[in-house]
Amino acid sequence: METIVKRRIKQMIKGDQNAYEEIVELYRDKVFQLCYRMLGDRYEAEDIAQEAFIRAYINIKSFNQNLKFSSWIYRIATNLCIDRIRKKKPDYYLDAEVPGTEGLNMYSQVSADTARPEVELESLELRDEVQKQIAMLPEKYRSAIVLKYIEELSLNEISEILDLPLGTVKTRIHRGREALRQQLKNV
Amino acid sequence: MSCPDRIVDYMHDYLDEEITESNKQELKQHLQACPDCEQHFRELEKAIAFVQSTSHIKAPDGFTAGVMAKLPQEKKRLKMGRWFKRHPLLSAASLFLMLMTGSIFSTWNEDQEFSVSKQPNLVVENGTVTVPEGEVVKGDVVVRNGKLNIEGQVQGDVTVINGEKYLASAGQVTGEIEEVNEVFEWIWYHIKEAASNAASLFEGEEKDQSLQ
Repeated sequence: METIVKRRIKQMIKGDQNAYEEIVELYRDKVFQLCYRMLGDRYEAEDIAQEAFIRAYINIKSFNQNLKFSSWIYRIATNLCIDRIRKKKPDYYLDAEVPGTEGLNMYSQVSADTARPEVELESLELRDEVQKQIAMLPEKYRSAIVLKYIEELSLNEISEILDLPLGTVKTRIHRGREALRQQLKNV
Repeated sequence: MSCPDRIVDYMHDYLDEEITESNKQELKQHLQACPDCEQHFRELEKAIAFVQSTSHIKAPDGFTAGVMAKLPQEKKRLKMGRWFKRHPLLSAASLFLMLMTGSIFSTWNEDQEFSVSKQPNLVVENGTVTVPEGEVVKGDVVVRNGKLNIEGQVQGDVTVINGEKYLASAGQVTGEIEEVNEVFEWIWYHIKEAASNAASLFEGEEKDQSLQ
């Protein structure tokens, strides 16, 4: 797969946008997932994940082609997520009334999730709980944990993506695990 | 109960799959002996299992299209090159059309010079062609980029391209009179001419066949 990606990147550098479309298709789910677990919001995750792909495209010439493209796009996405978390001030609340309406809040604007069978409800609630606990981790532990356990990357790759020494990555994962242990102990 | 700090470190080394064999043995023995540490370890494993269990989610529909739409414009040259590669027939057709229009316009421009069909009794003077009074001109008269003054009789069609025609009261034309001034009319005239030529060609063939 990496060889295909390398070939597409060469075409891309020559200015062929369609070559990039294939690359986006290959990595979109992983990048979206990373952003979703980091940010905990689908709309924000989509926004940031798309932004990551656009930045990767614009800066493709600075990409070292001896490295993995996946590591590079993960790094861009992670940094964008961390920026977003730091800047984040809630600019709207779902239960705030929509201006010009009476008693209509943003909840009613957000389309309801498609109906799911009752059986799934319990595991769904658990998943939401886990997602909530991940979102509560300090961002430096969160990125390391998400890359390790959700993207299933090796410690070396994580150290490359986060641009941190291996030892620091290990420490962050250890602390992240301990924090999650505390938070999820009674679930 | 106070357990050595290294036991928790060993747990993490174990979870990172980076534990040495001797440390692993020590950890194992300690966990069997110490319920607190054993519980700690179970909780860590449980937390990891929970995180891993969060189902893998997919990017929303239209994600890729959204990215592609927001990319900066690529070089035109590449876009065109790709289009031509994808539509070989259309490229051939458009190339043909381009050359055709080119040649038509260049013929139009070449035709800016004055010319007239050759009939012995036509009088040509300063870009004006005159069919003299009392004369009978046989055959079609064609004038390009000039004036035509008909005082006598023309036995045939009269065509004036990019010019003016004056028919005196005494003048007479037995065939059709046509004036062509705009480029498109001119093109249309050529097409009609080509069509009638082709038709006469077929008619000629038919005649030949009927003779045989």
